[in-house]
Amino acid sequence: MSREDYELVVGVEVHAELSTKTKIFCSCPTTFGAAPNTQTCPICMAMPGTLPVLNEKVVEYAVKAGLATNCTISQDSKNDRKNYFYPDLPKAYQISQYDKPLCKEGYVEIDTKEGKKKIGIERIHIEEDTGKLNHDDFSGGSLLDLNRAGVPLIETVSKPDMRSIEEVDSYLRKLKSIFEYIEVSDCKMQEASFRADVNVSVHKPGEPFGTRTEMKGMDSFRSIARAIEYEKNRQIDVIEEGGTVYQETLRWDDVSGKTFPMRDKEDAEDYRYFPEPDLVAIKLSEEYIENIKNNLPELPESRKQRYLEEYKLSEKDANIITSSKYLSELFEGSIKVCNNPKAVNNWIISDISRILNETEMDPIEIPFDCNQLGKLVILIDKGTISSSIGKKVLEELFENPRDPEEIIKEKGWIQISDEGAIKEVVTKILEANPQSIADFKAGKDRALGFLVGQAMKETKGKANPQMLNKMFLEELNK
Amino acid sequence: MNKITDLTVHELIEKLANKELTITEITQAYIDRINEKEKDVKAFITPLTDEALEKAKEIQAKVEAGELNGAFAGIPIGIKDNLCTKGVKTTCASKMLENFVSPYSATIVENIEKENIINLGKLNMDEFAMGSSTENSYFAKTRNPWNLNKVPGGSSGGSAAAVAANLVPWALGSDTGGSIRQPASLCGVVGLKPTYGLVSRFGLVAFASSLDQIGPITKDVKDAAMLLNLIAGHDEKDTTSVDVEKKDYVQALKNDVKGLKIAVPKEFFGEGINEEVKASLEKAIEKYKELGAEVEEVSLDIAKYALATYYIIACAEASSNLGRFDGIRYGYRAPEAKDLKEIFKKSRSEGFGPEVKRRIILGTYVLSSGYYDAYYKKAQQARTLVMKEFNKVFENYDVILTPTSPVTAFDIGSKSENPLEMYLADICTVSVNIAGLPGISIPCGVDSEGLPIGMQLIGNKFQEETILNAAYTYEQATNFRNTYKPEFKGGAN
Repeated sequence: MSREDYELVVGVEVHAELSTKTKIFCSCPTTFGAAPNTQTCPICMAMPGTLPVLNEKVVEYAVKAGLATNCTISQDSKNDRKNYFYPDLPKAYQISQYDKPLCKEGYVEIDTKEGKKKIGIERIHIEEDTGKLNHDDFSGGSLLDLNRAGVPLIETVSKPDMRSIEEVDSYLRKLKSIFEYIEVSDCKMQEASFRADVNVSVHKPGEPFGTRTEMKGMDSFRSIARAIEYEKNRQIDVIEEGGTVYQETLRWDDVSGKTFPMRDKEDAEDYRYFPEPDLVAIKLSEEYIENIKNNLPELPESRKQRYLEEYKLSEKDANIITSSKYLSELFEGSIKVCNNPKAVNNWIISDISRILNETEMDPIEIPFDCNQLGKLVILIDKGTISSSIGKKVLEELFENPRDPEEIIKEKGWIQISDEGAIKEVVTKILEANPQSIADFKAGKDRALGFLVGQAMKETKGKANPQMLNKMFLEELNK
Repeated sequence: MNKITDLTVHELIEKLANKELTITEITQAYIDRINEKEKDVKAFITPLTDEALEKAKEIQAKVEAGELNGAFAGIPIGIKDNLCTKGVKTTCASKMLENFVSPYSATIVENIEKENIINLGKLNMDEFAMGSSTENSYFAKTRNPWNLNKVPGGSSGGSAAAVAANLVPWALGSDTGGSIRQPASLCGVVGLKPTYGLVSRFGLVAFASSLDQIGPITKDVKDAAMLLNLIAGHDEKDTTSVDVEKKDYVQALKNDVKGLKIAVPKEFFGEGINEEVKASLEKAIEKYKELGAEVEEVSLDIAKYALATYYIIACAEASSNLGRFDGIRYGYRAPEAKDLKEIFKKSRSEGFGPEVKRRIILGTYVLSSGYYDAYYKKAQQARTLVMKEFNKVFENYDVILTPTSPVTAFDIGSKSENPLEMYLADICTVSVNIAGLPGISIPCGVDSEGLPIGMQLIGNKFQEETILNAAYTYEQATNFRNTYKPEFKGGAN
């Protein structure tokens, strides 16, 4: 049998850090990147005698997330303790939700080659993040940073509904964009504020699901795709060789491109969940839920429809732009500045997307704003710069964002549109390339392109290409 | 005049107001008493006599300068060593926290500090409040002031013994299954466990979160009502503390029980209850009848499941609550631990005493997958039944009257080798915690050895006024405190 005979089955658990100002059970700030242990207090450090107080915003955000993913919201919910020992878990239990999550039974719709597909969501629950152990090269030991301990998370558990890497990718991007749109999480993957545990199994269609393995804490789309591909093939090979796939937790190693077991099997954890006695049950009124529902912002799907109608974008382009709240904000903001949707669309779909991909940058990290992109479009529209200079300006915007006008002045990139100056260059290039003139006269049109290219090179790309074209033609046809 | 240290707090306050006494005189009297008797009683883990005198002088000066008033200013207190006190060691009587200094104070500690009450020291207890004799302290075995060869009860044994021996005028304890009432009973003083949720638990080192409550241990009922006034109330740092209307519990002391309906559950007078205890309680019941209360026998059959229910729930919660003592951030770390697993294992093996380990193991077991339904879940169901049956009694009665402890103070060492027998010491008190009700223990007599016998009055939720008044009325009619005094007998060993 070959690998093609197997079907991939994937379910994911996404942890998204909520963008509340304070932690889930105390009033410490949640800001990322502060000096170690400066955003802590006796409560999140689990000093003896301290008690948690549930941050109401966390409940609100989770309900928002549930409503935006078509979940049923539980009016009667509670917190539970998940017990295990690890230095980054100061209480030796994580306050989470076990059998009564806030949200359950929802779905997210994705686009696949075969059309639209609903990916089921089993549940969304609230819990606290752990601290971080940082390896200390100096001592060779580990240093504990509890700034992240108690940062609120929502865990979104999908059903095992995904059948390809593309579907997983679409689902994750869709979920991420929804959370961004409803402003419950900034979903910065580089800061691990949006990370996924990926459950992978394989089976032959028609047969029961195979045993799944879990890869924890994945925080890049590229690694997720690679890891699923690797794990799928590994499992198939194990089965084909007559072996058994064990249910276990794996660690994906990006460098070697392989998965490794995280802990030995006899160490299987028993989390001893039980209701958190330090917190009262979470009771939500119908009005409360209704109120959040009525105030949900525009979601990616309806924004996409709007773009199709309002800006006549292609389905593909609209998908890309609305896949990120930040991209679509950049899009709409820039249009307001330059009033040229088509050009802004092109910039985002081609050059900006390419740079994001190459640098694995998240749209939220785009360093320039809509005013700067809008101005860039205006400069091209006015003929102040050519579009090839425009690309250089864009790169500059990524490097060191500032007013595009300033950039071109500083760099001397203003387009040469002075007739005399253009004429001078044309004359010079023609004098240097008699062969091209002969070629052109012999009917080889390509010679014109070569000459324009030479002139652009001479002017370091600053010459107005339309004028060059026109003037070369005039001269050649003389 | 009585010696200063014989006085109740309300008597001290009166004498301060009349300028018969000064704040420093009071503190000095207690320090002298501690210097005299502490070596026999061993009630303190961390005495703060020097600091207390310093503080007394400071408060005295402020009061004299008119910068400070307040009835409680300058009154000393003793605090059980599982209540966090900023800047002072909070050990929970454990090697694990031998040198632990909390970076913050419990809400209740802040409350009493606001009143300028002076902390005379941190009091001994069973390690992490687990025990009924204070023999499980890592530091010392506290002695019963009535007979130094006997235990003071536990786990708030240091608090009860200190009050009985006049080492402090009153004290704070905590009660998870009887840890205020049982030692109060064994030491012949008053101990009140408030309704679950009446007093903030923030800063009380957790044993079993759904059962723990802080409460007063005092010389008489009026003092208990006064201290309850200071500690009761909602705390935004403890969401399980209930936002109920503030009451004045001293006002509730009417010295009148006419028409009060008292239920006496026969199950609390059956097997295992010492005959002398029974006889003493029966006399108390007669007294209540004399005073005009209506007393009737009832059945609380479900109570027989309370002890098992209690030990499952309490241990389950404890096994989780004590997980934070892992040797990483604070507390004891095994010096020879070589890796992470060893830090956890050795620190906990060496830092906890045998009773704490026993309960962590039991609690871990009942929460384990495969056992959860049979033990923890069943215990929670039993808990609901216990609550229901108490509710039913309170439909027709105001107060439930029982012994506090099945026996009087027992010999040191006599039960420490037999945990099950020790657990039976809580048989009369645990159901009150299971049901979240208020309960008070007051002395009602002595046995043939001269050891105090305690009576427990249980009220409906947030009906502290009712049991305080019932206790007060009995106390006024019998005057135990002026009839019997601890004699510090024995103690040769």
